[in-house]
Amino acid sequence: MESFFIGVGIYLGVLIFICFYRIAFGPTVYDRVISVSFIGTMTVVLLVLMGFIFKRIDMFVDISLMYALLNFIGTLVFAKYFVKKKGAK
Amino acid sequence: MELIVKILLILSLFFFTTATIGFLRFPDFYSRMHATGKGDTLGILLALLGLAIYHLEHNFSWPGIVIAIKLIFIAVFWFLGGPTATHALLRSAFDTGIMPWTKDGRPVIEWPPKRGR
Repeated sequence: MESFFIGVGIYLGVLIFICFYRIAFGPTVYDRVISVSFIGTMTVVLLVLMGFIFKRIDMFVDISLMYALLNFIGTLVFAKYFVKKKGAK
Repeated sequence: MELIVKILLILSLFFFTTATIGFLRFPDFYSRMHATGKGDTLGILLALLGLAIYHLEHNFSWPGIVIAIKLIFIAVFWFLGGPTATHALLRSAFDTGIMPWTKDGRPVIEWPPKRGR
């Protein structure tokens, strides 16, 4: 089961590296923000898998919980910050 | 029991893969956000459910149950919070004035939309 977890983690890492394409070449700023949010979601699963691989799940589950909360708050802050009102243009 | 865990993890990897493919190949910001907003929510739910089952099977004691409850809590929180964040980003982009993609380039609704929502 450990080797299966390692394989799943490597596959998730490859998907994260594919998503860096949108951060580099995204046409709008919102593509970059949604890419960061998607990478954060995959990172939460990756952190829990790392906890099972290293046999320290009692520590890693708190880290991934905090990461999910920060990812949510960060996306909301970006959505609030990047909006341009129509009257300002 | 290990078979159930493997099936759940492989299903979650399938959803993450389809979300990534849609994220790379769709033509528009809104359709890209549709792909990731659905795929990552279901993917994280299935993956954390499978890992909680694996942990409960191998470590059925009081701290193990607490850790499994924390894993389920992350999944439920993201099940509520992910669509909320996606909706907030969509409203922000719509108010900024990014037009949704159409095949011939003409807007379907009146563009720019009227204020006053």
